[in-house]
Amino acid sequence: MSDDVWILGIAMTRFGKHPEADTVDLAVEAVQAALADAQVTMGDIGVIGAGCLVESGAGIGQRVQKQIGQTGVPVYNVANACATGATALRTAIMAVKAGEVDYGLAFGVEKLSGAGLLTGNTRDDDGDTWTPSGRFGAVASLDGRVGTVAMPGVFAQIGMEYLHDHPYAGTPLELFARISEKNHAHSVLNPLATYTKRLSLSQIMNDVMIAYPNTRPMCSANCDGAAAAVVVSDEVKRTLSFDQQRRAVKVRASVLTTDPYVDGCQVLPDVNTLTRDAAEQAYEIAGVGPEDLDLVELHDCFATAELVHYDNLGLCEPGGAVDLFESGATWRDGSMPVNVSGGLQSKGHPIAATGIANIFEVCHHLRGEAGDRQIVGARLGLAHVIGLGSACAVHVLESTAA
Amino acid sequence: MGIEEVTVADRIPLVDYLVLDDPPHLTAHRCTACGATYFDRRNACASCSGGAFENVDVASEGTLRAYTIVAFAAEGVPVPYVAALVDCDGVKVRGNIVGVDPDPAKLPLGMKVRLTTFPMGTDSAGTEAVAFGFTPATTTTGAPA
Repeated sequence: MSDDVWILGIAMTRFGKHPEADTVDLAVEAVQAALADAQVTMGDIGVIGAGCLVESGAGIGQRVQKQIGQTGVPVYNVANACATGATALRTAIMAVKAGEVDYGLAFGVEKLSGAGLLTGNTRDDDGDTWTPSGRFGAVASLDGRVGTVAMPGVFAQIGMEYLHDHPYAGTPLELFARISEKNHAHSVLNPLATYTKRLSLSQIMNDVMIAYPNTRPMCSANCDGAAAAVVVSDEVKRTLSFDQQRRAVKVRASVLTTDPYVDGCQVLPDVNTLTRDAAEQAYEIAGVGPEDLDLVELHDCFATAELVHYDNLGLCEPGGAVDLFESGATWRDGSMPVNVSGGLQSKGHPIAATGIANIFEVCHHLRGEAGDRQIVGARLGLAHVIGLGSACAVHVLESTAA
Repeated sequence: MGIEEVTVADRIPLVDYLVLDDPPHLTAHRCTACGATYFDRRNACASCSGGAFENVDVASEGTLRAYTIVAFAAEGVPVPYVAALVDCDGVKVRGNIVGVDPDPAKLPLGMKVRLTTFPMGTDSAGTEAVAFGFTPATTTTGAPA
């Protein structure tokens, strides 16, 4: 018996506005679709990993059980920033791999339409008197006074730092807008994406500036959505129907890292080292290299983030992210298609759902079920997600269907 | 409350790692075991878990490693402004770039900058808070534009 773990069923809701559905409704839609996709029921599930970041104290796993099946199995409600969904999935994978259960369920859900800045939409009041508080002895809110805490500006600096370390002769705004142009072009083929409109380079560059060089369409879209997956042990998978086995996707690697200390990492978050670590571990576990991948879904929370992750995931030579992009390789008809779902910039980013939705996208192609946006012949794919704080998950997935 | 107390505490730095000496400068906690530097109050070192720190002055001149021009921010934060990462002789520092137009053409990566301080307002007790930023080293140091 091998200790391989398989994704037996996986689903996501349409991402976007769902005013008629509450958080539980959305989660249930994704969970029931994943169970149906796996051809199993709640009664089969031995463990549940669940995530909803904005309601992280509210026991989303049990709230979903109370609507569709209180079976008494353990629930792990997890919160790991934007890596919450992938962490929930990895929790289920670990339980299966440990031999504790045959089947695991994981889901992530978020209601974020119209949320604005995730770090808050109003700066804290300065108060009557300057009174030092907190670990910096600050007498007032530091947002806007000592840099920025808001995500668009943090990730803008991360992209600009890459261009500092690997000097670029062109205009940063145009470079990053062209990355966004690619993802918005890809989204036209994804009926589950929040935005499915192709945008021209000039439309993207001239849209509302949020934090240079990120304009509004270069930022991930706050939206509602959920995604869910069912995993199964290798031993049990072998007993299932031909159809279930044919569509099962093998988890070749499931890795979760945090950011190791590097110089300056507590000043500007370092999203690079933990992604490099996760990717290196995943490639080693899977016994494959980036050149073997047929598609990659990476965490383009901002256009500036996509560039650095080309390098972090080893999709290019060290320092060669701009060259890789400019070669056209990361477009869907290129040699290394990246974010053919439209990425977070178009598909949307309902935080806890994202880390499973990117795996859904990869599985969809590996099963040959991606319709108009199918990457023909895709056999091996990688899904990457990062949450600031930080946590990074990388999953390498393989189709074994003939 | 005595008048003396008010006069003694008439200026206060925005953060405790800004020292309002002449000249003003930043200070950091350096791990005596591995040399990692931090600006916040520490429990121990994130790099080596060591528990001993010494305060070191941070160089007041540096280079611009990264920046963003924040155009949309939380209500109450004046925009646009330039948020940046500055390398001060090996110590990375977060701060705004001031005294320069928020224009990419004025903000070449690698540009030399230097620390500057400026008042950010007086509270109800008459105490003036003093903030810091970085200004291009090639122009006259002074208040932000």
